[in-house]
Amino acid sequence: MNFVVPDFYPAAAEIFVAVMALVIMLAGAFARSVRWLAYTLTQLTLVGAALITIFVPSVDVSYTFSGMFVSDLFGNVLKLLIYLAVGVALLYGRGYLADRRMERPEYYLLAVLMTLGMMVMVSANHLLTLYIGLEMMSLALYGMTAFDRDSVRSTEAAMKYFVLGALASGLLLYGMSMIYGATGALDFVSIKDALYFQTANKTVLLFGLVFLMAGIAFKLGVVPFHMWVPDVYQGAPTAVTLLIASAPKLAAFAMTMRLLVFALFELAEQWQAMLMFLAVLSIILGNLAAIAQSNIKRMLAYSGISHMGFMLLGLVAGVVSGETHNAITAYSAAMFYAVAYVLMSLASFGMVLLLARAGFEAEEIDDFKGLNKRSPWFAAMMMIVMFSMAGIPFFIGFFAKLAVLQSVVAAGYVWLAVLAVVMSVIGAFYYLRVVKVMYFDAPADDAPIHAPAEMRVMMSVNGLSIAALGLMPQGLTYLCWIALLASLT
Amino acid sequence: MIISTYTMLSSGSKLALFIALTVLALLAGALLALNARRRLFGCAGARAVGFVGLVAGLPALMMGLSRVEMEMLYRVVPLAPLAGALIAGLFGKAVGRAGAHLVTSFGVLVALAASILIYVDVLAGNTFNDTVYTWMEAGGITFEIGFLIDSLTVMMMLVVTFVSLMVHVYTIGYMSEDPGYQRFFSYISLFTFSMLMLVMSNNFLQLFFGWEAVGLVSYLLIGFWYKRPTAIYANLKAFLVNRVGDFGFLLGIGLIVAYTGSLDYAEVFEEAGNLASLEMAGTGWPLITAICICLFIGAMGKSAQVPLHVWLPDSMEGPTPISALIHAATMVTAGIFMVARMSPLFELSDAALSFVLVIGATTALFMGFLGIVQNDIKRVVAYSTLSQLGYMTVALGVSAYSAAVFHLMTHAFFKALLFLGAGSVIIGMHHDQDMRNMGGLRKYMPITWITSLLGSLALIGFPLFSGFYSKDSIIEAVHAAQIPGAGYALFCVLLGVFVTAFYSFRMYFLVFHGEERFGKAHDAHHHDAHADDDHQDDHHHGLAPGQKPHESPWVVTVPLVLLAIPSVLIGYFTIEPMLFGEWFKSVIFVGDNHVGLSELAASFHSPLGMAVHGLQTAPFWLAMGGVALSWYFYMKRPDIPAAIQRRFSAVHTLLENKYYFDRFNEVFFAAGSRLLGRGLWKGGDQALIDGAVVNGSARLVGWISQASRLLQTGHLYQYAFAMIIGVFVLLTFWFNRG
Repeated sequence: MNFVVPDFYPAAAEIFVAVMALVIMLAGAFARSVRWLAYTLTQLTLVGAALITIFVPSVDVSYTFSGMFVSDLFGNVLKLLIYLAVGVALLYGRGYLADRRMERPEYYLLAVLMTLGMMVMVSANHLLTLYIGLEMMSLALYGMTAFDRDSVRSTEAAMKYFVLGALASGLLLYGMSMIYGATGALDFVSIKDALYFQTANKTVLLFGLVFLMAGIAFKLGVVPFHMWVPDVYQGAPTAVTLLIASAPKLAAFAMTMRLLVFALFELAEQWQAMLMFLAVLSIILGNLAAIAQSNIKRMLAYSGISHMGFMLLGLVAGVVSGETHNAITAYSAAMFYAVAYVLMSLASFGMVLLLARAGFEAEEIDDFKGLNKRSPWFAAMMMIVMFSMAGIPFFIGFFAKLAVLQSVVAAGYVWLAVLAVVMSVIGAFYYLRVVKVMYFDAPADDAPIHAPAEMRVMMSVNGLSIAALGLMPQGLTYLCWIALLASLT
Repeated sequence: MIISTYTMLSSGSKLALFIALTVLALLAGALLALNARRRLFGCAGARAVGFVGLVAGLPALMMGLSRVEMEMLYRVVPLAPLAGALIAGLFGKAVGRAGAHLVTSFGVLVALAASILIYVDVLAGNTFNDTVYTWMEAGGITFEIGFLIDSLTVMMMLVVTFVSLMVHVYTIGYMSEDPGYQRFFSYISLFTFSMLMLVMSNNFLQLFFGWEAVGLVSYLLIGFWYKRPTAIYANLKAFLVNRVGDFGFLLGIGLIVAYTGSLDYAEVFEEAGNLASLEMAGTGWPLITAICICLFIGAMGKSAQVPLHVWLPDSMEGPTPISALIHAATMVTAGIFMVARMSPLFELSDAALSFVLVIGATTALFMGFLGIVQNDIKRVVAYSTLSQLGYMTVALGVSAYSAAVFHLMTHAFFKALLFLGAGSVIIGMHHDQDMRNMGGLRKYMPITWITSLLGSLALIGFPLFSGFYSKDSIIEAVHAAQIPGAGYALFCVLLGVFVTAFYSFRMYFLVFHGEERFGKAHDAHHHDAHADDDHQDDHHHGLAPGQKPHESPWVVTVPLVLLAIPSVLIGYFTIEPMLFGEWFKSVIFVGDNHVGLSELAASFHSPLGMAVHGLQTAPFWLAMGGVALSWYFYMKRPDIPAAIQRRFSAVHTLLENKYYFDRFNEVFFAAGSRLLGRGLWKGGDQALIDGAVVNGSARLVGWISQASRLLQTGHLYQYAFAMIIGVFVLLTFWFNRG
């Protein structure tokens, strides 16, 4: 058996990030006194990875490591968005962590490892690669959730997250073993071929699919695999909540696409039915439960559940009675939705961080009272985010919902679209309540907003981009569409 | 050496240099010219230097802009006023009063200069019809912003930017005392932007955007003095009446979209033939007629045609520059422009054209009558505007679209002139608008007098003046027309000429000639006219006894002179290309079954010949009769009008009450809709919607959401249990499908 040196170029970004993780670890061990070093190195790592992702690989689909790893436009676009989301989330969280004496090099090390895990997930072309990436990301997240290790809430949240995450991983692995048993293959291309030539045992295959679905649903946080979401979002330090609620959603979307569309596309009719069930439950429960919340992190958690349900609607609409010509449009609508959600999620948790200061968490909706009097500019930014999340024209959230609903209607599920619209109208209530509290209630405290300049600038850019992309959504729409087109055909 | 360095520059840097120098020269010039009055520089030569700067800056601006690509230039035209409006509106405090008027006037100046260059380009035969920005696509319809640049557009652009620039300059003088100075400049620049978007549009969506945007600015400006109850009443009225028109307009656009699936002019016009053969589903009406009448209802609202005219006279509550810009020269002509633009559709429906014709003729004559009994100088001009808009509509009705647009253009100049002249008189009279308190102003305000005389002559259609060419063409076209209603229209427009001449010169004689009535008993009159007026400035209204009016400052008179020139000349120079030449050939479509202007074209030889021939025709003698009669009534025997008023008091009351349109609307529509609203509020809203639907569903949602909260127990084993249940539910899919 001769050993062939694999082609490292398609994985250049991952290798770079892995090396940098070691560098940050060393910096954390030997240069602890240089407080800015780990943060700066992390941001440089993200920038470097972005440059490598843009400039190194060719645009074609290229496989390496014996077909375990794929580099394509779909993956590269998502990776770039992940770097961006992680970078922004770290920028937002830095002041918060410093105020609470949590800004230690290990935090950034975990963040880089999480990023690496997500990159591997996004580029996985093999069930095991996918699983390794997923665990790498999840373990880093568990650690970060418990980062405030003296806080009972934080450790409790991390424990819940870990146990349920382990259960979900078990279900996912079980499903993977079934798929392997049915097809005799672990890499997605071979699985797809096996399905196409109908050499696989369909009963076993579908049984495996159910368990895969459970793992996917846990990562996306959709009902009934959502129970960890509110507790973890509330319990984790807000900076970590921001990390959990942003980039991992893109990675989870990539995982969903890789497993269901890239590998198991032949089973589309089956998994669509399951996704529809999950999506409907999520939209209903997420929106209704969010109304009853008084803690804004919890409210945003439930809102995230309903948004993920909405995103799944795009995946439901791909294949209609054997016809696949709408598939790319529908999947790109889902991708657009995921990107839009990450943008809005960053901005909304970013606002919670912006209002927090040493010894004070701006976690309650009441803490937003009279924000307009304290800072009209950031009140306007929060209003943009809330309007966008509620799907009010003409912010990005509106176009995301519109695109998904259009593909749902095109697939003939008019009842589904009606249900989704009704639920988002109900959902508009709790978003608008935040706006009402900011503009019409008297401020509870009038402490000035205390945040570093770079955070204020980034927050404004984030808020304005939500408005700007609402006015000019075509660029992003096209990007999602072309990424899927180039990678799927 | 400087020259050799210059020649070495790339064309891009040359352009940048040009524009930078030009902006500097113009701004410095304007600053010096305007601020010399306030002795900012304390130097007598400052103003002279400023004028040199302005004079040198303008050609430089033109040269600079001429190097810009045409497609960029199209964008510059609407965006320059928008930028001015935003700066003056959002940063009004920071830029100050002088900053506000400089930046807005400069924006409009750039738009005018760019329009002139585009005009030259169109003259050379280049047209443009393309999308510049796609906003979104939904259900197969694209929503985009696009420009259609052809001869009709460029003519409107020139008129709008020119009149707007004049009004900007004039406003510097007229509003100098007003606390809302920056706000005012922001509004008028925003209006210019909206109007340009309207005329430059190549699709119905953008047309509608501009349509509503000009309506909005008009609303804001009528109520500019928002502390006056009359102004608030007037702007609400304008808003509501325009809603009625817009409803029709929107229905028309909706029908077009429903049957053609496109918002683009060119695509719709291509489908026009098919539309003509269709019937409206469910009713059996010819589709094209329904579309055209719906669109025209929109035009009736905007262009103030009977019975949707009621808002225009009240709009005179706004400051005078606005009356000139919006309610005389530009916005109200949007309806005329729109119908002319839609000529390929209107030509297919004789019924719609007859409807247009009858409405226009009625407006032309009966609104003219109302001008006779008004005593407020602005209201006379307002009714004259209504009547002239009627003339334009008549021209549309007889398929003489180019004559309508031609009259639109000439009217824009002379009506803006008359309004600004009236404004100048109002300044001279210290904000007294009652003509009964004027008289003999000729010697005190010579420039205002001579320009108003020229404007009035243009309005009544005196040969060689611009109004003569446009109005005579319309009358000739009506004379030649065959479609139903043409006889009635001919009667109306001919009698209208007499009425126009009568009220115009009634105003002219009352204001500028005869006995000096100001400074006497003005208290009795104008205080009841403005009983509830708390105009914020510290003017006391009208002249004190013994005080004499004086000529207005140069920022007021210069626009008058600049507007007087086209009012007199433009008809003579443009009638041939516009009406009978190639100018509108590819833009305006006249069906073979309609006469349009072809008969007139056959007998036309030269503008001079037309003027000479005009001397022998009925309209000229009718106009002269009107002038003579008004001279006799108001100069020679002022007792006669009073006697007639006593004798025919019923007619006079009818006219004073404007045919009771307002009363009818108030009693029937306003009270009726209030009644309906109350019923829906009590029965529908409070009982059904609030009670059952809103509160009921809110309670239900609240209950479910509280219940869902109970699910989240916080116990880890229950969470895991939920996941296992989820797996089992998903397994049922496997049992069912597998």
